[in-house]
Amino acid sequence: MLDDFFTRALIAGIGVAVVAGPLGCFIIWRRLAYFGDTLSHAALLGVALALLLEVNITAAVFVVSALLSLALLGLQKRADVSSDALLGLLSHSALALGLVVLAFMTWVRVDLLGLLFGDILAVSRTDIAFIYGGGFLILAVLAVIWHPLFAATVNRELAEAEGMNPDRANLIFTLLVAAVIAIAIKIVGILLITALLIIPAATARRLSSGPEQMAVLASLIGASAAIGGLFGSLRWDTPSGPSIVVAALGLFLASLLPVAGRIGKNRAASHSAEARRLGNE
Amino acid sequence: MLKQTDPLVSLTGAGLKSGGRWLVRGVDLVVRPGEIVTLIGPNGSGKSTTAKMALGVVRPSEGKAERSPSLRIGYVPQRVAIDWVLPLTVDRFMRLTGKLSQAEVDAAMDATGVRHLRNTEVRVLSGGEFQRVMLARAIARKPALLVLDEPVQGVDFNGEIALYELIRKLRDDLGCGVLLISHDLHVVMAATDRVICLNGHVCCQGTPTMVAESDAYKKLFGRRPSAALAVYEHSHDHTHLPDGRVKHADGTVTDHCHPDDGHHHGHEHEHGKG
Repeated sequence: MLDDFFTRALIAGIGVAVVAGPLGCFIIWRRLAYFGDTLSHAALLGVALALLLEVNITAAVFVVSALLSLALLGLQKRADVSSDALLGLLSHSALALGLVVLAFMTWVRVDLLGLLFGDILAVSRTDIAFIYGGGFLILAVLAVIWHPLFAATVNRELAEAEGMNPDRANLIFTLLVAAVIAIAIKIVGILLITALLIIPAATARRLSSGPEQMAVLASLIGASAAIGGLFGSLRWDTPSGPSIVVAALGLFLASLLPVAGRIGKNRAASHSAEARRLGNE
Repeated sequence: MLKQTDPLVSLTGAGLKSGGRWLVRGVDLVVRPGEIVTLIGPNGSGKSTTAKMALGVVRPSEGKAERSPSLRIGYVPQRVAIDWVLPLTVDRFMRLTGKLSQAEVDAAMDATGVRHLRNTEVRVLSGGEFQRVMLARAIARKPALLVLDEPVQGVDFNGEIALYELIRKLRDDLGCGVLLISHDLHVVMAATDRVICLNGHVCCQGTPTMVAESDAYKKLFGRRPSAALAVYEHSHDHTHLPDGRVKHADGTVTDHCHPDDGHHHGHEHEHGKG
């Protein structure tokens, strides 16, 4: 079964999407979309270094992204640095630096489009092993830090005061984001990893009433987008990453339609709250 | 039981410097079990900063902050913003920092009169409702130390008195220490053991009456609070229960206006005196 490149891509795509879902929820809850972008752009530098030093690409990408995220965490602690400008600077510098380093290495032929946009043909058995092994680890660690991380997301000071150790949870979380970027590159490519993290999560938001439910839904929606996108990619010979993201966008747009009963229920709840509030005033 | 003498939290000469400016300096403060300590002061006087140093959320730039080991804290911060992307019902919010049984959650929500909001999303709550939910969340943990930063902001006046009475009752029931932040002394007066008046430093401290009569306090707040206090003390012909019902002076309890609504509209029952 794994001999077929498309089956491998499908398995890999579903694995990445399932892992990306819950992490993506935290990324949108904490407004870290740009942070995710920065880490994923740095991944290109990781790829370039891996080729230069002839080491495993996934590992190199993880190390570079992780180092960058630690540096960002350190810099964010200093209130005098505007994190928005800082992220913009690092994000594009890392991307440019990666491209320049790749261009210097005339002796390696790199499929740049594959790196930037994902390449289903390139998914090997080793990649699947990395995705599922790494993905399982990522989700297991996330489950352990879930409560402190969520409390810190709602209010850091509250979490700190009530003994949830939010700084540790934050640190582990950024490492998990670096890890998911490292395993997702082959499937969606460097430029679109953030989309795989945030679009399924944003889609799930409209359909959920609790954080845990939203995380599970984001995984399922991401997996559906991966399946739909990969089939589309095969059918129309489009790059895999953009196809998956387009499929995810389609699901997001569909979630805006007022069809799901769940949405109706949510609306009713907030309407009655609104009415009650108006009644009180 | 907690030993009555060991401080839950103490600040010694504590101060915090941020951006080259001292937010607050030289604060000495001790909260013991069963004691309600109130910080008052104008805006920007360092009340919240002092509370955060006591909580360990920020480390003092000078001086010391000590907490008794494995102290269970319930905290109501001054501001918590929950935006649309975060799906969070009141019930889930109640369990934010620890596992609680349904009975514990319900009891705490009953105490502050928000049980009917259990399945409502936090972001659609009104300001006053949200404060009650935050207070319920903090007390559901049965903390040894409650830190309440302006816990009644947005709560109507009668509800405010009821919540302060609740805080005092919790102190009696749980034996917990309470560090309370308020910008006005007159309402908290009845429930406070000790008042610390801040304005970048400790202006004065002592019993509420002592502080209210001190020159430093009068200079900061003027004379108005003492007059308002007199009004408050004479308005006890009926009591608003936390769930919104009204207990009258003769002991009868009447219902509120809307059957599924925890709030009182204030005009369906007789007000004895204004």
